Amino acid sequence: MSQSVGKYETVVGLEVHMQLQTKSKVFASDPAQFGADANQNTSYITMGHPGTLPLLNEKVLEYAVRLTLALGGKVNRSTGFDRKNYFYPDLPKGYQITQDRNPICLGGQLSIQTGGKSREIPIHHVHIEEDAGKSIHDQNDRFSLVDLNRAGVPLLELVTEPALNGAEEVDAFINGIRQLVQYLEICDGNLEEGSIRCDVNISLRERGAKKLGSKVEIKNMNSLRNIRRAIAFEEKRQAAMLDRGEEILQQTRSFDADRGSTFPLRSKEMAHDYRYFPEPDLQPVLISQEYIDKIESSLPELPWQLRRKYCSALGLSLYDAEVLTDDKKTARYFEELLETEVPAKAAANWVMGKVKSYLNEQQLSISDFPLSAARLASLIKLVEAGKVNQLTAQQQLLPALIADPEANAEELATTLNLIIEEDGNLASSTIKQVLDDFPDKVKAFKGGKKGLTGFFMGEVMKRSKGKIDPKSANKMLITELNKV
Amino acid sequence: MQKKYSSLQQVQEALRSGQTSCRELVSYYLGQIQENKALNAFLEVYSAEALSYADEIDRKLSSKQDPGKLFGLTVGIKDVICYKGHRVTAASKILENFESTFTATAVERLVAEGAIILGRLNCDEFAMGSSSENSAFGPVRNAADPSKVPGGSSGGSAVAVQAEMCLAALGSDTGGSVRQPASFCNVVGLKPAYGRISRHGLIAYASSFDIIGTLTNCLEDASRMLEVMAGPDEFDSTAIQESWKVNEAASERAKKLAYFPAVMNHKGLDPEIKSAVQDFLQQQEATGIEVHPVEFPYLEYMVPTYYVLTTAEASSNLARYDGVHFGFRSEDSRDIESMYRKSRTEAIGEEVRRRIMLGTFVLSAGHYDAYFTKAQKVRRLIAEKTADILSEYDFIVTPTTPTTAFPLDAGEYRDPISMYLADIYTVQANLAGVPAISLPLFHHSNGMPFGIQLMSSKFEEHRLLAYGQQIMSNLRPA
Repeated sequence: MSQSVGKYETVVGLEVHMQLQTKSKVFASDPAQFGADANQNTSYITMGHPGTLPLLNEKVLEYAVRLTLALGGKVNRSTGFDRKNYFYPDLPKGYQITQDRNPICLGGQLSIQTGGKSREIPIHHVHIEEDAGKSIHDQNDRFSLVDLNRAGVPLLELVTEPALNGAEEVDAFINGIRQLVQYLEICDGNLEEGSIRCDVNISLRERGAKKLGSKVEIKNMNSLRNIRRAIAFEEKRQAAMLDRGEEILQQTRSFDADRGSTFPLRSKEMAHDYRYFPEPDLQPVLISQEYIDKIESSLPELPWQLRRKYCSALGLSLYDAEVLTDDKKTARYFEELLETEVPAKAAANWVMGKVKSYLNEQQLSISDFPLSAARLASLIKLVEAGKVNQLTAQQQLLPALIADPEANAEELATTLNLIIEEDGNLASSTIKQVLDDFPDKVKAFKGGKKGLTGFFMGEVMKRSKGKIDPKSANKMLITELNKV
Repeated sequence: MQKKYSSLQQVQEALRSGQTSCRELVSYYLGQIQENKALNAFLEVYSAEALSYADEIDRKLSSKQDPGKLFGLTVGIKDVICYKGHRVTAASKILENFESTFTATAVERLVAEGAIILGRLNCDEFAMGSSSENSAFGPVRNAADPSKVPGGSSGGSAVAVQAEMCLAALGSDTGGSVRQPASFCNVVGLKPAYGRISRHGLIAYASSFDIIGTLTNCLEDASRMLEVMAGPDEFDSTAIQESWKVNEAASERAKKLAYFPAVMNHKGLDPEIKSAVQDFLQQQEATGIEVHPVEFPYLEYMVPTYYVLTTAEASSNLARYDGVHFGFRSEDSRDIESMYRKSRTEAIGEEVRRRIMLGTFVLSAGHYDAYFTKAQKVRRLIAEKTADILSEYDFIVTPTTPTTAFPLDAGEYRDPISMYLADIYTVQANLAGVPAISLPLFHHSNGMPFGIQLMSSKFEEHRLLAYGQQIMSNLRPA
């Protein structure tokens, strides 16, 4: 599904930067966590003092291999680092250590769903690099301030082929990456805090044309909404230029969120010659097959694997499968429910229904849900066994259990007098009572108003206070009505 | 010039026998430093600290505690090596007041074994130069003739040992910066194999060439220091994993020596140096060692390859001296652009700026393949050919330098190209990563000393040192 403007087709390539959630930085033992006071996580190595050398954090390599394998890419078994040279105050060494010639991951793809269709987006490569610090220009009239806490925090940069057709696919792709890195537990996937940042390369070409148009790069985007707006703006701007027969200049632009438009960066900022060359302070990294195998065997089940399983083995709908796998914690909770041998459909309905609405109301994440999967399972089992009816369970037993999460569900139901009468006497006496109390309606039913079954049933359930099993009561009611 | 102590063994015997105390020893060297101030070898002397450390060693000796393998070794360190709480300037104005917050691994290991650091030594700025004149703090002078240079870049280190201001000194060697001044100053200069000693705490000039080396009176001291400094270091992933031990029983006999006729016939080579090396080779042959002329087809490419690659790395390594986080910042910077430009122009010397610009050029788009990539390929050829020769021959013998020490401010040597060409014999060991030593064997009729250079296979310092030892005891009786 293309988002093209008129006769043009939009082509987007992404550079996605993911901040890895390692304890320490990529080339130094300083803490890598977000949120410390300015310049606290900065040793002499991070500050690039004379005489310092980088030391590769092996966890970073492991995370990169994890992502490579999850994307079906080829692990580059002879990988290595390069220097990217440029001057900026938040770049303490005057160069960034990155991977230019031999990135860790070659190729791979990510499947995205848009408009009910699924498409594989090819990935060019993924490489490891260090983040820069932060320049702060608005806290002092005369000086710019620099915070180097972020300098040296490990990043993976994923570069796609120019294969995304418009904002909808870009959105799906970034969401897919966010979900994947969370499943892999290598990045928290938080766009707002800048854990994922994107450069968006966008060009237009006439529909059906093979050759790519000149691209414009929009730097440093960290919100899906702004990415959509920036793409929409560029589509219009470039289409208008092409219509006028103007040439699109290859350019680096920035998005102004207040105006909803993009503007070119100064040509000076674009004219970088980064003078990449092999980083002489680090040895090439040779990766053994055993190492790759070990990481492969430790990979968690990935979202698309779970979805396939839920659809084919458990018979859930694709929609249900998507909701359940949207974030890893929900999927894990659902998996725990399945382990208790609760029927899959019932488990799915509870998680997507009452549990989800409770979490939404309370603005909680599922990891903060008071009931363990085992507790919720015991409640679901009461319903499935016909001991508590569904509505009662949802409206009365669940809130009671949440209020007292350590309680035994069945004991609580008994205390609250919610257990269905097993012998059917209550059902038959209530039905008799209802039919006796509404002779006119019974007559009308006999006269052909079959729709009145619902009325009788509602009355029966109301009077029995939910203590009867609605399914068997319904059967008994129909038998009784036909007898009259 | 008879030295009071010419080896660590002598020093340690004197200390153990009570003939002298460590305090007295350190005082002696401090006096020597004072007396030779005009040579401008030391940039800073840690007198009080050295004396109190000497007292500690005296206490250990009198209470029979282990004073460490190198106790009593007075050391000067080239001012490109970090020592916590002390300034380290790389002889540059841009680091004039910079104090290091950590200690180089090599220094830490020396100190842990009882060595006493006396101070930091003058050199060419950022170790770039062959005369120790490129220092923001004035040139170093040769003790044999103060009108002459001591060589460089570790000129202060060579002169400090030459004039007995310390027993040994640390230098750094990227293309001959330990061996060339050793040759000019009549001391032993050892450049270990690349990776033998951690570079953690060594201010980088060209990372894939740099190595810490020693300037000593004798090979025994060089090998005792190497033993302590060598070995793996978690702070330097290019340092090799093996440790290195002094081989007490080493009686390495060379069987086959190689020399390069093209080197011997080089037009820049001083005739007296040439004949000294020829005589040396003949003497060796007379003792039954095979001596073979070997063709080395890349001789003329050595210096250009070296300068393309080292300046490339230097242009990047020195980018951090930008006036932002530490070091000098120009007073009249108005914006970020002028802060960078003015700080670097005002506080970095001409030769270093020249090399930064050369390196920036060879790495820039459009020139990269013609210079950098090409030079990398040539480096590999040089390294492979060197390794081939050293797999067939025990050692390669060359002069260390084509001339003896030249006068300060010598007009012809102001030409950077001829200065670079003077590195012709020493850069090979750095291009190939092999160890090399300069042995102080000769004196020229002009009164100046000069040395001879030996190279061995990578990581075969024990053979190099053992053979060097033999030569020294045969040719230069103590």
